[in-house]
Amino acid sequence: MKELTVISGKGGTGKTTIVASFAALAQNKVLADADVDAADLHLILTPVIKHEEDFKGGRTAHIDLEKCVRCGDCIERCQFNAISPDFVVNKIDCEGCGVCVYFCPVQAIEFPQNICGKWFISETRFGPMVHAQLEIAEENSGSLVSLIRNQAGILAEERGLDTIIIDGSPGVGCPVIASISGVTAVLIVTEPTISGIHDLKRVGELTAFFKIPTMACVNKFDLNQDMSKEIEAYCIKHDIEFVGHIPYDTIVTYAMVAGKGVVEFSDGKVSNAIKAIWQKVERFLAE
Amino acid sequence: MVEFYELMEVARHMTICVASGKGGTGKTTVATNLAVSLNGPVQFLDCDVEEPNAHLFMKPRLNFTEKVTIPVPEVDLDKCDFCGKCGEICQFSAITVIGKKVLTFPELCHACKGCMMVCPREAIGEKARELGVIEKGWSGSVEFVHGRMRIGEAMSPPIISRVKEHISPEKITIIDAPPGTSCPVITALKGSDFAVLVTEPTPFGLNDLKLAVGAVRTLKIPCGIIINRSDVGDDGVVTYAEEESIPILMEIADDRKVAEAYSRGIMMVDVRPEMRGRFRIAYDKMVELVG
Repeated sequence: MKELTVISGKGGTGKTTIVASFAALAQNKVLADADVDAADLHLILTPVIKHEEDFKGGRTAHIDLEKCVRCGDCIERCQFNAISPDFVVNKIDCEGCGVCVYFCPVQAIEFPQNICGKWFISETRFGPMVHAQLEIAEENSGSLVSLIRNQAGILAEERGLDTIIIDGSPGVGCPVIASISGVTAVLIVTEPTISGIHDLKRVGELTAFFKIPTMACVNKFDLNQDMSKEIEAYCIKHDIEFVGHIPYDTIVTYAMVAGKGVVEFSDGKVSNAIKAIWQKVERFLAE
Repeated sequence: MVEFYELMEVARHMTICVASGKGGTGKTTVATNLAVSLNGPVQFLDCDVEEPNAHLFMKPRLNFTEKVTIPVPEVDLDKCDFCGKCGEICQFSAITVIGKKVLTFPELCHACKGCMMVCPREAIGEKARELGVIEKGWSGSVEFVHGRMRIGEAMSPPIISRVKEHISPEKITIIDAPPGTSCPVITALKGSDFAVLVTEPTPFGLNDLKLAVGAVRTLKIPCGIIINRSDVGDDGVVTYAEEESIPILMEIADDRKVAEAYSRGIMMVDVRPEMRGRFRIAYDKMVELVG
């Protein structure tokens, strides 16, 4: 089983655009959208949901004011200042550590598990897809990403599919770590800007830290060709396999507005570049 | 008197958080250019601690660094009798007792200190674990603060909270938030007087804008929209804004000259000076909306 995660460090470099095209190009695969707090892949792949489940994440304390004797022990112990002077727990500040629950002398604090979102198994025109929606302002995006990857793995096994393509999230934190740990390879999509290269370096350090074979490509490379060359040189020096450039073209936006992957929508230079990148990615995964 | 004074100050010197569900819509561009366009004392806080970028454009002279640490458990095995209570209370599987061994996983620890409180033999002390750094300095007349998470670290909210401890009520504070809608964004938004949601007029932009609106509404923060690259895409965002009665503060057209300057770390207002006035008009609208 091969698992490929597409990430970028910086947001908006074109991760989902590329994953949507890979979806059309790859054979025998399961798609997984691991950008759970701003999922967009479904807008292109228009999944038909076949199975839906609640995602239960952490817990939140709730004080029963009828039982509460106002001793203040909970307020004193809470490291997150989540309990008001009138003994109401602020759900946003509560970290779900359960310290107040454990120590309450009159057992006045309940500790229910939260439903933090939903996850889905769907069918798309390019095969099965696992995706999710984290409720707004919820936590545990990392554990939801792990759940999605597990489900994608189970689905691939059941159907005899050998590749999982994962659309990751921006940043280098909890959901990104959950989306890359133990995968076959990572593809970093960057852009030739000072922010793009800065964030590529950080996310490249992250994949090196976890010893994951890493590839990179530059989207909108013609926006600044010198910077694109600099990125390519950086990749070669840091053992990141450079797999290609994609030119800037408004066709990408038109394809998105039409709800299509670029390679489905046009045969132009962007499509050709993505196709060439996919061939290199496929070869890299096979090695 | 003190209270009255504080209210006046809050009304005049707002904390404005620039956010967007989707990454790459132009949050940092809007936040940095807004900060340098305003008159009066301004401070800028980059709270995208996973991928801080504002310093690449504002080029601050940094003269202050502090480490951000959280207290994680350190077990004194001479005192420990392996009762296992620490493992029972920990909701994050960050400490566990197996036979005559205590295993700790500092990267999972949320620093609630439950294990330290529950230990009957006071065998668990604190050890500082470094999550990242805060750096501070000046970019022209703008006070600049940012946080930078250590690579391999998962938890950014404690660093974001520490960046926000530098908020001065006597200044206009501009916060550059991370993308998304989960805990890091909420930590950045919390307590702000106004949220500027930067989007682009595409289906992805619209989908993620709706999520961002959900987040600011959960926090009861008034918001307005800035549409970036406003001439590339469809009219979904404008229609949505009308339906939801969310004011559009500003529209920024796609501009190749600005994009090329951006790629080299040059700010929009330096290649299009007339934008300063437009950012000030957008700010005046925010002040009006907060009331």
